[in-house]
Amino acid sequence: MEICVCVKRVPMVGGAIMVTPDGLDIDVTMSGFTVSPHEECAVEEAVQITERLGGSVAVLTLGPTEAAGQLRDMLALGASRGILLQTDGAEWGPVATAAAITDAVVGGGSGESAGYDLLLFGNEAADTGGYQVPVRVAHALGLPCLTGIKRLEIVGGDGDADGGRRIVASREYRGTEEVFEVPLPAVVSVKEGINLPRYPSLPGRLRAKRATIETIEPHPRPESDGLRKVGLRVPESTSTGAQVLGSGADAVPALVGLLDDLGVLS
Amino acid sequence: MTVLCLIETEAGGGAADASMRALVVARGLADSAGEDLAAVWVGPAEAIDPAGLVSAGVSSAWAIGSAGMSGYAPLAWARALSGLAADLPGLPGRVGPERGPVSAVVAAATDHGNEVFAHLGAITGLPMAASCVSAARMSPTECSLVRQRWAGSLLEDAVLEAPLALLTVAADAIPADAVAADPASASAAGLRVEHYEPLLADGDLLVLASESAERRSGVSLASARVVVGGGRGVGGPEGFAVLEELAGLLGAAVGVSRVVTSEGWRPHRQQVGQTGTKITPELYLACGISGAIQHMAGCQGAKTIVAINTDSGAPIVAKADYAVIGDLHEVLPALIEALKAR
Repeated sequence: MEICVCVKRVPMVGGAIMVTPDGLDIDVTMSGFTVSPHEECAVEEAVQITERLGGSVAVLTLGPTEAAGQLRDMLALGASRGILLQTDGAEWGPVATAAAITDAVVGGGSGESAGYDLLLFGNEAADTGGYQVPVRVAHALGLPCLTGIKRLEIVGGDGDADGGRRIVASREYRGTEEVFEVPLPAVVSVKEGINLPRYPSLPGRLRAKRATIETIEPHPRPESDGLRKVGLRVPESTSTGAQVLGSGADAVPALVGLLDDLGVLS
Repeated sequence: MTVLCLIETEAGGGAADASMRALVVARGLADSAGEDLAAVWVGPAEAIDPAGLVSAGVSSAWAIGSAGMSGYAPLAWARALSGLAADLPGLPGRVGPERGPVSAVVAAATDHGNEVFAHLGAITGLPMAASCVSAARMSPTECSLVRQRWAGSLLEDAVLEAPLALLTVAADAIPADAVAADPASASAAGLRVEHYEPLLADGDLLVLASESAERRSGVSLASARVVVGGGRGVGGPEGFAVLEELAGLLGAAVGVSRVVTSEGWRPHRQQVGQTGTKITPELYLACGISGAIQHMAGCQGAKTIVAINTDSGAPIVAKADYAVIGDLHEVLPALIEALKAR
């Protein structure tokens, strides 16, 4: 199984998000960076699959030079190749991002799947939340696409009557388990909860530190992606702080009265 | 011109609450340009009560059906929507070389809505704006919109430049009050539901969901009227018994914070937050939850938040409507006792 996992460097957000004075970006002067949580799970899933079935995991990101740090974090989890589509740090929209990833994947091999059996993504980027890059890449490559997956299994094999390996995957939707089955190669986006990512081992960290990051220069970012950012703002809080009903069990009569007033005790 | 809104159906029948909230934004977009609002769903014509749609401002409706579309198939749904948008049969409107009769297609930003609209964007080669909270027409090819980033912890003002606007709506940002509440008063007489048979391409049904027979018992977190939440303060997996008991009494779902699922105390499907489920209950009772930004992104759609926390300085106390300062393991048993005594 040859797997490529696409990840994104995003700011680590703790207590509050601050916007830069020009209103166009979030203030990252005080924050560290990480990989979107869904994507860290995608890397863990890929490593687990190759541990069972053999093969290797490449991690790919589109971002500034510093995004090599996030690729190394993922190499420490067990990926073996890091590929950086290097930008000047400006924000790329989902259409352009998908095109750049498609170019890079196709450039890495021949044919529609370009040598990969599986392209893994996170369901959505933590910061921009566009919900579309995996689907656009799948369309460009002519591959089936599953999204929001919480359980993934590779079934079948080369000698299989059905003609090779397939994915059986599922997710929960409104209390129902939806199950999908598609042939490989395929594009799959996963969600946190599909696994618990491991902590990197010391040998893993050392290997990641020494690894060479392959750098590719993508085609220049197009002027417009169709969705033009005008500005960012933190939503105004309507809350002026909670009305304290009381302390400990003494507050229960007031709490029951409130629940009654809210009409939830019918 | 027409704004087309995809309506998801509940398993038990009827329009999904998230879709009714999406209709509020779709109607705002239509009204901003004096356009009509049409509803579309996949399934039989009688799956949705027309009266509710009429009171939400819908003046025409389409039920998409075809032999192979027996289950959820994201690409087929997108193909059907792109077909309908390109040649909405029988609707009056300027049909020009550049624009069809449909100016925008809208859906709720659910897992299904976002997935179908990503396919719709890829099929049409158009941009797609996810998780919008409002939208207005500026010109035939531009919409101004506000959309969520960081699951709603940050808002983006943006302009969508496209002859056909594709957008999904963050249902948790649309208050339930905004949904027209009195379907009985609206006359459904004027709304005729037309059938639309989509022209599917090879492979459109390759990704087709089969549903496992058993539905999870209990109340669904995403649509629960009351959610009882537990965080680190619950103390461990065994501490949830008291939350489960209270949830049973209130007909509520149990939700948890991220730390609870990463500690393995509860399954991930119960997580409320940016990487879990976004909830829109009447009441969220947050017990032993500090209120990190990633958790608040998931519960900002709750109408009323009541926090039970030992620390009066916890962020959630500043963000909640009401608070009880105290140990949940003391407060909840007393609350349960009081409720049972009623």
